Amino acid sequence: MSDHDYRPKSKVGQWFNDRLPLLTLANHLTDYPTPKNLNYWWTFGGILTFCLITQIVTGLTLAMHYIAHADMAFESVEHIMRDVNYGWLIRYIHANGASMFFLAVYIHIFRSLFYGSYKSPREIIWILGIIIYLLMMAAAFMGYVLPWGQMSFWGATVITNLFSAIPLVGEGIVTWLWGGYSVDNPTLTRFFTLHYLIPFLILGLVVLHIWALHVPGNNNPVGIDIKKPSKDTVPFHPYIVIKDGFALLMFMIVFAFFVFYAPNILGHADNYIEANPMVTPAHIVPEWYLLPFYAILRSVPDKLLGVVAMLSAILILAVLPWLDTSKIRSAVFRPLYKQFYWILVADVLILGYVGAMPAEGLYLLIARVATAYYFLHFLVILPVLGFKEKTLPVPLSITEPVLGGSPNLAAARNKESKIE
Amino acid sequence: MSEKKTKRRDFLFTATTAVGAVGAAAVVWPMIDQMNPDASVKALASTEVDVSSLTPGNTLTVLWRGKPVFIRRRTQEEIDEARKVKMEDLIHPEKDEDRAKNPEWLVMLGVCTHLGCVPLNDKGDYNGWFCPCHGSHYDTSGRIRKGPAPWNMEVPKYEFVDANTIKIG
Repeated sequence: MSDHDYRPKSKVGQWFNDRLPLLTLANHLTDYPTPKNLNYWWTFGGILTFCLITQIVTGLTLAMHYIAHADMAFESVEHIMRDVNYGWLIRYIHANGASMFFLAVYIHIFRSLFYGSYKSPREIIWILGIIIYLLMMAAAFMGYVLPWGQMSFWGATVITNLFSAIPLVGEGIVTWLWGGYSVDNPTLTRFFTLHYLIPFLILGLVVLHIWALHVPGNNNPVGIDIKKPSKDTVPFHPYIVIKDGFALLMFMIVFAFFVFYAPNILGHADNYIEANPMVTPAHIVPEWYLLPFYAILRSVPDKLLGVVAMLSAILILAVLPWLDTSKIRSAVFRPLYKQFYWILVADVLILGYVGAMPAEGLYLLIARVATAYYFLHFLVILPVLGFKEKTLPVPLSITEPVLGGSPNLAAARNKESKIE
Repeated sequence: MSEKKTKRRDFLFTATTAVGAVGAAAVVWPMIDQMNPDASVKALASTEVDVSSLTPGNTLTVLWRGKPVFIRRRTQEEIDEARKVKMEDLIHPEKDEDRAKNPEWLVMLGVCTHLGCVPLNDKGDYNGWFCPCHGSHYDTSGRIRKGPAPWNMEVPKYEFVDANTIKIG
């Protein structure tokens, strides 16, 4: 890295940079050495940054028209949809943007799981990511309450009631969260405040997440430590910028499809009925991105233990770097882990599916088996696998597997070093 | 610094920290307590309901403190069914005699004790209520019989002001 010897070319630049080294930071970000074998699964960090900015910008504009009051919230959302210029567009981008955000974050998380990006020395990056994920869920949940439809109201009731499972102080906490004896206007106004605050907390954590990333540098599909800068790396700009930009474009096509062609497909029709504390909708389901955890909650027949299981399912991720005992990062060189990885992916998808179905009969049985397997994966399979698994030989550098395939290895090496 | 002795300065550090902590707590508490129910919410503590139009076998649902309250005028069969249940069959054992002082009238919060949904009338395996959210079944006394809810539906404080009026709260 050329951080320390960087010096702006212009006199003004030097004068400014001596007083506030922003140009040094910009130079670090453009020159930042990145593994040259990063695949498209690595583009979701950039996509997620785009999602966060989109949510903040559309959220700010919506807040100019939205009224956070139990009597007016529902109407003000319809006012945005019908009267405000392009209100429908901004709201549909914001509402579907939440789903796109979660779609991207799940791919980002599962990329980490496959390539072992959470392992030493990247534990702090990973834990910051889990905190961001938790805040995303809180923001999404509170945002869903704001339109004050039936799903908003009853979703808020069910989720806040989770806290009543806490022995002794549970009921008091729920009353405190509500600011009353049920979900009502005080609840709505505080949810609006927090929904406005959380994205900026996430933004701060994203800065820390990237800062922590830039200390060891990116993991890569081979999962080995590389020398930086070296023939195994390319500068962030223009190589990764262009690749991220292309992936972002593809992502925006999917995004635009939902916004323009199926803006309500991920929502619930019940939320176009104004909140009514006297009637619960027949079938309460959270948004799709929370379904696996909802399935875990419902698969446990005890109220407190159900809540504990659901929270553990998320928090267990925070200690993942210590549960996975294998020294090899990438699943490419872990033949057994690779299989268990795909079983876990299937398991989470199954949990998501049964979470959307009524909790009875066969669905309940499947949810229980899938919940048990989820915990088995993290608490038993991963720790044991690190000791039992016979891993494949790991290359010494990113370049080696390419050169290793050459019949004339020495010649290829020689050529490579000349290019460098 | 050869030996560790309590000095005047140590006392000052401890005292300053302690006073600072008390001061911080005194500032934090109002910030936390402002989220609790305010005076205007607490003021809506009771409501009076005219039940003269209610015939046996029907339920009236009224809003009290933002929550629905079921007022059920029970039929004789429902009362008998509720009273003959053995205590050992109950998840949360409560006598029907204690829940409905006047057996014809059952007054309770229409809130499922699992996660707060409103159960449906005349539904479920026990002819009482059924919560559609996560499948809790309640009997004709509003007691939990099957499903994830841990307790019976809560009976609020109420009284008959006169023959036709119930005051809840």
